[in-house]
Amino acid sequence: MTSEERLTRRALIIGAGIAGIQAALDIANSGYEVVLLDRQPSIGGHMAQLSETFPTLDCSQCILTPRTVEVGHHDLIKLLTYSEVESVSGESGDFTVRMRRKAAYVDWTRCTGCGLCQEKCPKKVDAEFEGYLGKRKAIYTLSPQAVPNKPVIDRENCIWFERQKCAACQKLCPVGAIDFEQQDRIVEERVGAIIVATGYDLYPLAQLGEYGYGAVPDVITGLQFERLLSASGPTAGQMRRPSDGKEPKEVVFVQCVGSRDPELGMPYCSKICCMYTAKHAMLYRHKVPDGQAYVFYIDIRSAGKGYEEFVQRAVEEERVLYLRGKVSKIFRDGDKVVVWGADTLSEKQVEIAADMVVLATAMVPAAGTLELARILDIAVDGCGFFVEANANLCPMETSREGIYLAGAAVAPKDIPEAVAQAGGAAAKVLALFAQWMPGEEAEMQAAALMQGAR
Amino acid sequence: MKLPYFPGCTLRNKARGFDASAREAMAILGVELVELMHWNCCGATFPLVVDNLLDLTATARVLAEARAEGPALSSEGVQLAVACATCYNVLKRTNLVMRDNQEKREKINFFIEKDYAGDLQIRHLLEVLRDQVGFEAIGQAVKKPLKGLKVASYYGCMLLRPSDEIQLDDVENPRVMEDLFRTLGAEAIVFPHRGECCGSYLAVKSADVAMEFSYRVLSSASRAGTEVLVSSCPLCQFNLDRRQGQMAQVYGGFRPLPVLYFTQLMGLAFGMGPDGYELDKHYVDPRPLLRDKGLIR
Repeated sequence: MTSEERLTRRALIIGAGIAGIQAALDIANSGYEVVLLDRQPSIGGHMAQLSETFPTLDCSQCILTPRTVEVGHHDLIKLLTYSEVESVSGESGDFTVRMRRKAAYVDWTRCTGCGLCQEKCPKKVDAEFEGYLGKRKAIYTLSPQAVPNKPVIDRENCIWFERQKCAACQKLCPVGAIDFEQQDRIVEERVGAIIVATGYDLYPLAQLGEYGYGAVPDVITGLQFERLLSASGPTAGQMRRPSDGKEPKEVVFVQCVGSRDPELGMPYCSKICCMYTAKHAMLYRHKVPDGQAYVFYIDIRSAGKGYEEFVQRAVEEERVLYLRGKVSKIFRDGDKVVVWGADTLSEKQVEIAADMVVLATAMVPAAGTLELARILDIAVDGCGFFVEANANLCPMETSREGIYLAGAAVAPKDIPEAVAQAGGAAAKVLALFAQWMPGEEAEMQAAALMQGAR
Repeated sequence: MKLPYFPGCTLRNKARGFDASAREAMAILGVELVELMHWNCCGATFPLVVDNLLDLTATARVLAEARAEGPALSSEGVQLAVACATCYNVLKRTNLVMRDNQEKREKINFFIEKDYAGDLQIRHLLEVLRDQVGFEAIGQAVKKPLKGLKVASYYGCMLLRPSDEIQLDDVENPRVMEDLFRTLGAEAIVFPHRGECCGSYLAVKSADVAMEFSYRVLSSASRAGTEVLVSSCPLCQFNLDRRQGQMAQVYGGFRPLPVLYFTQLMGLAFGMGPDGYELDKHYVDPRPLLRDKGLIR
């Protein structure tokens, strides 16, 4: 154990999705400083991409934005976006973390977030945040609600970096914030505890050729469908398919795309797909009342408060046709997307000439999870997710004291579960800080908190 | 380069045009296919019953013979080149059994009185073309580019599956034949049913079912704008070609589509043939189309 005076009651949270945000607010609102890091230019993670959340159909942006704004304004939260962890040394109570702040080519201390640069930038690029269904500029923020609302320049696509021409953003920026000479910077922070909340990515579908993803434009992932549903998405929430912008009248949803497939190295259930597919089918029907939704499933796993009722609503009220079986092949035929599958209940082969297909793609650990595990010296399992100290009794702890876990970086999780675990991880960090406190100081703080509560 | 070559039974009778065009096209590319002196039927199906070793003995005998003869035939003697997709599938899978399963290997060797260890490399002509000859050299050999010819490549099952054993190409999105035909100057048509079953041996027992399978393949290719379908399997070729008369009676609006072996078009693109290619033996006559494109007289 480090000597008392070296103990730093300050936490680093890696990953600023909903889990990281929750943990950051819980710790900061208890009076401790938090460094919240994310490799994206702004916070919110995948939740910021979602249209509505199950089972309540809350607007995802609407319930997330107050949190991101609170993080952005919090005196005790230091945001380090567009940053990655390079190395960690020390031990519980006294970690030194080196981080790379990637060059944004924009001086964020000057930038006011007016958005003029994005408006005037002539270079359009397919936007990752929109699942490549919409465009952004070469200088961009992830979304209009971005926190921090500061743009970055994507060097790969910027005309200035390509051939030293244009520089429209530099010429037009009213505060002179554009800085093409900016370099990556290494910064160091001392913290006493770390929470890892790096989340998930979707399984790369190129390895599942039978589903036609990439080859057939109207075969999309669930996350892409979220963007089509979203009022702030590329179609402004109108149900239009990618190939020709037509309203799809028949949509096939395929569950367990990659999940529960030991041959692909994903023997696990991705857990959220049954619910979000029911939500997708339901929201699709709200947008296209004369449309038909089909769902291919292996089992329906709807364990959770209000979850089973939600799925039943999709079946009974929205007339979503559930077919129990797997899909063998998806291909384009004229302007249709043909789906071959099996309905194992009627023991028949099924062919559906659909207008669009949505794949409930397996969740996998976020890219770079393994490298981060090496940096932190904590374990991952055979599927690449972080390993808890004990899955039953220590679900937030890692094998290393002072390093905790939250969210889908541990295993596939939905929002309520990720938030619950994040709150738990924050409590563990706070308990650790309390242990380090000399008795007198602890009493004073408790008294101050009591007073605050009154 | 000389390569030991297993033609297989069908290339000796029903599919002589496949054999002749394969030998001629490969020779143009500097690959002499040297036929094994002693060979027998490959077995024609890989048995689905796991303990039926008797079905593997004919195949194993071919492999043992090829291993024994090969080194004298060519410096590439540990390879065995195969043109027929079904023979290739059976030989390759049996070879893996002989290589990886000690118990079965010993039993089979005991029965056929050989001592074969599974150390041959079974190579389909498409693999030889892609990996040993290379598309660049193929392109240089083209005399009459297949310009304007819309060629759909049909893989069927045997060239690709089971993927972990065959490993010739991406099982869902193969490209070797399309790459070949683009190299030959053709327009390569990619159609969704190129890896679907043609009906295979159902042609013997349930001809109608087989016909439906073949029809789906052909109509899918037609809808994609195909002018000619190419195959590397005599059984697929038979099912797809020979049933078209019947299809025309059963399915309204059916358009006949010539079905060739990939080597026949290769030979023509190299300025060879059509002597010995037996184009007249195809049920749907490909000659009007080939004449139209200036590939034959």
